[in-house]
Amino acid sequence: MRRSKDRSIFIALCVAPAAILFFIFMILPTLNVFRMSLFERGAYSPTETFVGLSNFTTLFKDPKFISSMQNTILLIVTVTIITFFFAILFAAILTREKIKGQNFFRVIFYIPNILSVVVIAGIFSAIYKPENGMLNSVLSFLSGHDVMILWKGQQMVVISIIIAMVWQAIGYYMVMYMASMSAVPVDLYESASLDGAGRIAQFFQITLPLIWTNIRTTLTFFIISTINMAFLFVKAMVAKGMADVGLSFMYAQKDAGLYGYSMAAGVVIFLFSFLLSAMVNKVTKRDVLEM
Amino acid sequence: MKQQNKSITAEPVFKAFIYVVLITLAILIIVPVAWVFLASVKQNSEFYGNPWALPAGFYWQNFVDAWNSASMGSYMINSVIVTALSLALLLVIALPAAYCLSRFQFRGRKLLNTCFMAGLFINVNYIVVPIFLMLKDGDVWLKKVVGEGFLLNNLFVLALVYASTALPFTIYLLSGYFATLPHDFEEAAYIDGAGYGSTMVRIIFPMAQPSIITIILFNFLSFWNEYIISMTLMSSAKGQKTLPVGLLNLMQAQQSSAEYGILYAGLVLVMLPTLVLYICVQKKLTQGMTVGGLKG
Repeated sequence: MRRSKDRSIFIALCVAPAAILFFIFMILPTLNVFRMSLFERGAYSPTETFVGLSNFTTLFKDPKFISSMQNTILLIVTVTIITFFFAILFAAILTREKIKGQNFFRVIFYIPNILSVVVIAGIFSAIYKPENGMLNSVLSFLSGHDVMILWKGQQMVVISIIIAMVWQAIGYYMVMYMASMSAVPVDLYESASLDGAGRIAQFFQITLPLIWTNIRTTLTFFIISTINMAFLFVKAMVAKGMADVGLSFMYAQKDAGLYGYSMAAGVVIFLFSFLLSAMVNKVTKRDVLEM
Repeated sequence: MKQQNKSITAEPVFKAFIYVVLITLAILIIVPVAWVFLASVKQNSEFYGNPWALPAGFYWQNFVDAWNSASMGSYMINSVIVTALSLALLLVIALPAAYCLSRFQFRGRKLLNTCFMAGLFINVNYIVVPIFLMLKDGDVWLKKVVGEGFLLNNLFVLALVYASTALPFTIYLLSGYFATLPHDFEEAAYIDGAGYGSTMVRIIFPMAQPSIITIILFNFLSFWNEYIISMTLMSSAKGQKTLPVGLLNLMQAQQSSAEYGILYAGLVLVMLPTLVLYICVQKKLTQGMTVGGLKG
């Protein structure tokens, strides 16, 4: 009897701190995002008035929000396609081919992933500097005349963000794909090459179908993390108001003191990412092949 | 036979192509990072010439200036405090919780496990505004009761928020490991007369050392590099800042004042600890990533 009481006290002591902190700093704020989207809150006083769905109706008529969501979608599509292509290509090369310095390449490709986005923004501001920047000087050298592209100007800024995001993400996804590719049994490739299948046929008929589950999972990662990373990159790299993505629009409304409006944007972006992930998950559903 | 011949002649060309592609990407990653390291010891006048010129000498003054006059030194200390404190809090809170949630049967266990799993999908970028408002309201209330608000612009509160938001991932990873251990360990310890607490601390935690190291690595990187929460909760202009936020402010100020040398010295200060750690433990990190999966 005493033992069972001790046990309950022990469990309560162990679990309570985590549960309480999790509730205060994660559950409560999450519920508050949804609740506050229905309210108007003064910038200087914590008084809230219920406004129903009016935050949302204003939001869908706000051209700035529409354009920030267009940027978000553009980034999700382009960053996913480019990163996916390179990550899976490099993963296939590094796992399937006999390469000298395989480990060296893996270590180097993963480096951008351990750097803070602020550091990456700093590195890319040196790359994108209009005069004496790394990129423009290389382009000048290649083309033979002075190139002066304003990489962070209105016209190029989205492309600049895409380049930086792909640079950051390739290594991460490559390591993911390498892990699942190395689980594919080698004798499958051996018997395929005896049957005369070349590298490309092997890739499409063995590698791709067998790591399909992993690819589907990473597609969801791509959607969720592009939405988040785009925010971090825009916040650190881009001059205020030059280009917005969904979450940076949300953050700008918070800075302006429009808390309810900001949270309505948050709800829309969250639902958008959730629905998009569900949709992609459904479209890519295939029968799982056993290894 | 013809087919065979063709593939033999194509082989070296293909190999060479592969190396070219791999080396190109490696260069695209190494060169910009190395460039920043070189730029951090250049004098300011060197930034107006050819960007590919090597530094004329080692101008260490950049680091001294960044450390002192750009306050990177105090930002660095703040970052060290916040990162260490949040790692300590995280381990003290998450380890016992993960242990109980994975190895004991009790009422509410299933509900808690589901909640923490759901927490994996809550991203801090969405909830940073409500957290900020909650702390702001708390400060207003405290001002009325105690006469002083101390929740915002407080390194300890920042560390607490970091630790709390890292709980779902950490508990998920640890529970996965604890669940694989056989129950014999505890039974043997109980028979020897050990209590629940000492069994957990002396028998189970030492066995979980590899997972604990993985957790420290991942969370060190995310706490050290984080800047959105830090920027929001430490928003006072004169207040303390963490290193990435200080660097971000320096980058925005630099656009007008053109102190390039100091800026790149600051960049080196932020990335050097993570790079050194990465080079020491890179194998562990890339392996651990595929275990945890979910941190993007």
